[in-house]
Amino acid sequence: MSAAPQPPPAAGRTLLEVRGLVKHFPLKGKRIDGSPAVVRAVDGIDFQVREGETLGVVGESGCGKSTAARLLMRLIEPTAGEVVFDGMGVGSRDLPLKAFRRQVQMVFQDSYSSLNPRLTIEDSIAFAPRVHGTPARESVERARDLLARVGLEPRRYAERYPHELSGGQRQRVNIARALALQPRVVILDEATSALDKSVEAQVLNLLLDLKDAFGLTYVFISHDLHVVRYISDRVMVMYLGQVAELGPCESLFHEPRHPYTRALLASMPTMDPDRRTEEAPLAGDPPNPINPPSGCRFHTRCAFAEPVCASRPPTLGSGYGGHPVSCLMHEPGSGHSAARAGA
Amino acid sequence: MSARPSIAAGEPPLVRVRDLHVTFSGGARPVRAVNGVDLTVGRGETVALIGESGSGKSVTLRALLRLHPPRRTAITGQVQVAGHDVLALAARPLADYRGKVASMIFQEPLLALDPVYTVGRQITESILRHESVPAAEARQRALQLFERVRIPSPERRLDAYPHEMSGGMRQRAMIALALACRPQLLLADEPTTALDATVQIQILLLLRELQRELGLSILFVTHDIGAAIEVADRVAVMYAGRIVEEGPARDVVRHSRHPYTRALLVGRAGGQGEHAMARGSRLRTIPGSPPDLSSLPPGCAFAERCPLAQDACRATQPESVAVAPGHVARCLRTDVSESET
Repeated sequence: MSAAPQPPPAAGRTLLEVRGLVKHFPLKGKRIDGSPAVVRAVDGIDFQVREGETLGVVGESGCGKSTAARLLMRLIEPTAGEVVFDGMGVGSRDLPLKAFRRQVQMVFQDSYSSLNPRLTIEDSIAFAPRVHGTPARESVERARDLLARVGLEPRRYAERYPHELSGGQRQRVNIARALALQPRVVILDEATSALDKSVEAQVLNLLLDLKDAFGLTYVFISHDLHVVRYISDRVMVMYLGQVAELGPCESLFHEPRHPYTRALLASMPTMDPDRRTEEAPLAGDPPNPINPPSGCRFHTRCAFAEPVCASRPPTLGSGYGGHPVSCLMHEPGSGHSAARAGA
Repeated sequence: MSARPSIAAGEPPLVRVRDLHVTFSGGARPVRAVNGVDLTVGRGETVALIGESGSGKSVTLRALLRLHPPRRTAITGQVQVAGHDVLALAARPLADYRGKVASMIFQEPLLALDPVYTVGRQITESILRHESVPAAEARQRALQLFERVRIPSPERRLDAYPHEMSGGMRQRAMIALALACRPQLLLADEPTTALDATVQIQILLLLRELQRELGLSILFVTHDIGAAIEVADRVAVMYAGRIVEEGPARDVVRHSRHPYTRALLVGRAGGQGEHAMARGSRLRTIPGSPPDLSSLPPGCAFAERCPLAQDACRATQPESVAVAPGHVARCLRTDVSESET
């Protein structure tokens, strides 16, 4: 396979910027030292989404990827940090939430529970535009137009209820609904994960078509690395509420820099009966985000961990060049034997 | 290369399923979930049954333990497991058979394990039900099982309740429970689907190791063709209640002949030619969705979505044709699908 140099993804300007985002969910009870117990679902993440790109977000359960999506949409209040959209703080006077949500929409994993079972799909799609002041007739027209765009013949489907559709069809409806307000950003939280593979491929093609047609920007969250690799321009790898690595899709998949990213990639089935995986890249399960490990959160499972990793948290940076990674081995002067001394 | 399973000449296969039909009544119309499945699993062999939701793979698996509610389920055909005629077993012999000859692991261990007993207690209970051994010995065996499935600090974990364990650990505990009475056949129903990628590969490797060391036969049901290829000697692909293609894992992934198998493989063969999900290119898709199991067409159930379908495909049910040694496909157009490769 030739590793042809990929042109860098179109360097659009920053559309969505996340700064120091933190979300702690309180738990009942206290920790041993008396401080309140919290789930550190998202614990200080910074990243940008550029206009017109697809940012893939990967990680295992409990890594905070879905919480990050909900924070982006401001479906939940962050404990700290801010989200800036198009230069304006979300929820500020410049950009009230309602105006922000016209521009950023979301598609969830469970296609059934995210639709109102008592509304026909046409009404579901037309609902948001009506709330935002579009006349009723125009909303319905737009809904029918969108149904056609996502491949559901309006005359056949518009009057149906969610339970009368298959999972793939319902997810098309959810996508149409997300587009009804003509947003600029769509957040897809495991949007194709519950679909059968043959249906998933149809929906992925649809997403790419719609992105071109409407000039959309995607944040695509998934645990399926094949799909993320296929659809993303840049990929962010999360581990226990923090960003482990963030880089252009091809360089991240070809030259993963964080030991966790490498293990994640090595855990993918080989699809080749003659080259089966003989040893698991990682032992054990991801630790609990209630009491995350000190220092680098990955050090408990990392093959390269040294004593310094348990005490010193790494920062996300480019270190010796290349895309940003959060690992002491790539941090000059960190004290890890693989890092060069001094900066 | 993995060792080939020992299907010695003359030795009958451990599992032999012939013309299995499973129909669920109780709804408005009977649902024909399994429509004539033939399947064998040799001793020490791992067979993966793959397919999408509604293909009948889990229904087939459950029929092997007769887990379907008898009142609403009509099962016909033959199921032979290690000399037992499973469909004919009376209640008592059936209870002896379950766990002792064949046992099952499920997708969600938290639902499959009893929340109010410790995991160790559940394992010893299973041993004491099937064998007359002292309780202390049963406990000792439970401990050995925990060591075998590599649960850290096994002694302590035996006294843990299921909710006190992590997902991967629970899955290991359930495997230990399934192996408690040294069954010959392990039935695995999507055992890694709910797990994270880094944990999934650990469980797949464990299954492979157990199969090798204990000489287990494993029937592994999954929708994830990647997981199937990681563990299986043979792969059978199901669609609308029938096995549409079956063969050695290597042949099925490299030279699949049924158009449906090919569609499933799209995007799942990392960088290998036509299967690759290449960035910037459109994915090859199959239009439509699986057929309604309460009104199946007379011909090939896949014909409606198949790019190669002809009139003949819609008229009669295609027979299995051998396309290579040990590799069969239920398709009338295997001549065309070959020239495409």
